[in-house]
Amino acid sequence: MAVRYPEQSGAGSLHNKYLTNIRTIPGKYPDFKGLLMDFLSKNLPYFLAGVSVGGQYALIAIGYTMVYGILRLINFAHGDIFMVAGLVTIYASTVMPLYLSIPLTILVTVILGMMIERVAYKPLRNSPRMSVMISAIGVSYLLQNLALYITGGLAQVYPTIPFISNTVTIGSATTKVVTILTPILMIVLVVLLIQLINHTKIGMAMRSVSTDFETSRLMGINVNRVISMTFIIGSFLAAVGSILYFTNYPSVIPTSGGMPGLKAFVAAVFGGIGSIPGAVIGAMLIGIVENLIKGAGWTTFSDAFTFVLLIVVLLFKPTGLFGEAATDKV
Amino acid sequence: MTKKKDLIFSLILLAAAIVLVAVLDRTLPQTGIVMTVLKKGCIYSLVAVSMNLLNGFTGLFSLGQAGFMLIGGYTYAILTIPVADRASVYQYFDGGIVQFSIPFWAGLICAGLVSAALAWLIGLPVLRLKSDYLAIATLGFAEIMRAFFQWDTLGPLTNGSNMLRKYPSFSTLMFPFIVAAICIALIVMLINSSFGRAFKAIRDDEVAAEAMGINLAHHKRMSFCISSFFAGVGGALLAMYQTTIQAQAFKSNMTYEILLIVVIGGLGSVTGSVLATFLFYAASEWWLRFLDSPMMIGDWQVPLLRSGFRKVVFSVVIMVIVLFARQGIMGDHEFSLSGLIKLFRRKGKGASANEQV
Repeated sequence: MAVRYPEQSGAGSLHNKYLTNIRTIPGKYPDFKGLLMDFLSKNLPYFLAGVSVGGQYALIAIGYTMVYGILRLINFAHGDIFMVAGLVTIYASTVMPLYLSIPLTILVTVILGMMIERVAYKPLRNSPRMSVMISAIGVSYLLQNLALYITGGLAQVYPTIPFISNTVTIGSATTKVVTILTPILMIVLVVLLIQLINHTKIGMAMRSVSTDFETSRLMGINVNRVISMTFIIGSFLAAVGSILYFTNYPSVIPTSGGMPGLKAFVAAVFGGIGSIPGAVIGAMLIGIVENLIKGAGWTTFSDAFTFVLLIVVLLFKPTGLFGEAATDKV
Repeated sequence: MTKKKDLIFSLILLAAAIVLVAVLDRTLPQTGIVMTVLKKGCIYSLVAVSMNLLNGFTGLFSLGQAGFMLIGGYTYAILTIPVADRASVYQYFDGGIVQFSIPFWAGLICAGLVSAALAWLIGLPVLRLKSDYLAIATLGFAEIMRAFFQWDTLGPLTNGSNMLRKYPSFSTLMFPFIVAAICIALIVMLINSSFGRAFKAIRDDEVAAEAMGINLAHHKRMSFCISSFFAGVGGALLAMYQTTIQAQAFKSNMTYEILLIVVIGGLGSVTGSVLATFLFYAASEWWLRFLDSPMMIGDWQVPLLRSGFRKVVFSVVIMVIVLFARQGIMGDHEFSLSGLIKLFRRKGKGASANEQV
């Protein structure tokens, strides 16, 4: 994995210094405010990176959570759609300027997402859930192998996108514009999405289908259109997420989508799968925690910790933070 | 009577397979492509059957198989590296802290036991979750294991992110075949026992099973541990086959691949899983191999053929199977003599019925 921020000298030195520097006033409680400020200023680069990565995860996680909300399907191919979006940007930017290649990336990704739903999921609409999930794994396998074939197994260098790749300095941290831009863009998109879901006809149809598939169909809702729309939105957000995410990395390989996909999925489960605010909060938490752990010198465990967090949360809230409690009908 | 006949038929098939394996061992080059397929087939069919026990027979949707294979493989490697070779394997960790070694068969059993023990531990919290939540928690557990085994602090035990090697391995096909056959036979016996019926009851309806007096927690935990035991043994076999082992390789894609095999074979069919494993590796490693190299027909260069194309075609084939043969090769039936006879009879009847029309 690429190193995005200068590593501090010596693993864990930051962490230890923080521990030994506990400022206490004799006979009183520790100076919590001072401690917090210390902690923040030392970890600011990691915190910023965390917010940024969290925003990128959130954009992917919404795709997972919306598809799950409507089809009860873990769309294992979503991470690979995200990877394909990265590759499309690379190939498109070699033949055309960026102001054309970025919209093209988004368009291609949206069409890909829709096509996958049509070809691989729609024929299995009345099959057991397991079959659809296997189909998703098959699509993921296909996309990875196709990417491997097209790239010839070589890492493809991601283009430098002007403006968002520029560096800025905030407090004690030097970072790229994309770090600041990501959470803002993410929040704007999420607000728009929530408006769409709450105040438009198609949004109402989506809510209806996610509550009861069969009844919605009986009420005259074109379920297939709603599902297509879900995949369009999910893929659109994944494409935007991929542009923001890969800007921080030098290159894209066919398995680049795996880990971010998995993390975003964990974020969706963490927040309660099916809930959009849940996915956003889950993704932000995971992004921040992951980077603070890197900051503490535990890079080996930054991925593992995500899953520890997930398992711990699931123990206390078996359906995630904002998930609906499952009821067993006998 | 049919049951007895089926048993005799299976035993005859098994004997024939043993003879065939012995003959192949003598005739084929050990590193040839056919041997690779057969060895991988044996190892992964054990893992696939162990996953089927969990997903197909007990209805627990678990994605932790790669994690348990990792634990099994590492346990085997750590315990069986000869003492004399430890200094060179653990060169960055002063020869490691394990300064004894046990014979390979004990290593295989330990691999299973350690896997099962960890499954018991992780099962305590995780098995309370349902369906997708269970899936993601077990997947997460496998990822945690992968990071854990690469942790530098554990280096004296696991050699950190360096590979483990020089442990005893096998060179013939007979060895993985026999081990896998014994393990699969044990799983089949378990499935046919009253425990197996309890597992199926849990799969079909948890509430009804509980009402019938089946202890849900106990049986789920048991299925989880047993499945992990055999996944651990499978991991140890894989380590032996590869002659080196590194935690980095046990990614979630490995679990997905095994799940794909299980579903293609048919959820709830042991013979289906075994058949599917061999077909899967034969197709991906052997039959489609020609797609990877450029080919000329006369003066015409066949387009698209180059390295990697095999995998693309193979994944398209997989997608077609997934979309059009949803029950898998065997559905939830088993391959047996009476099944074969029934199939032929039905076909015969169908044909005669068609003639009448």
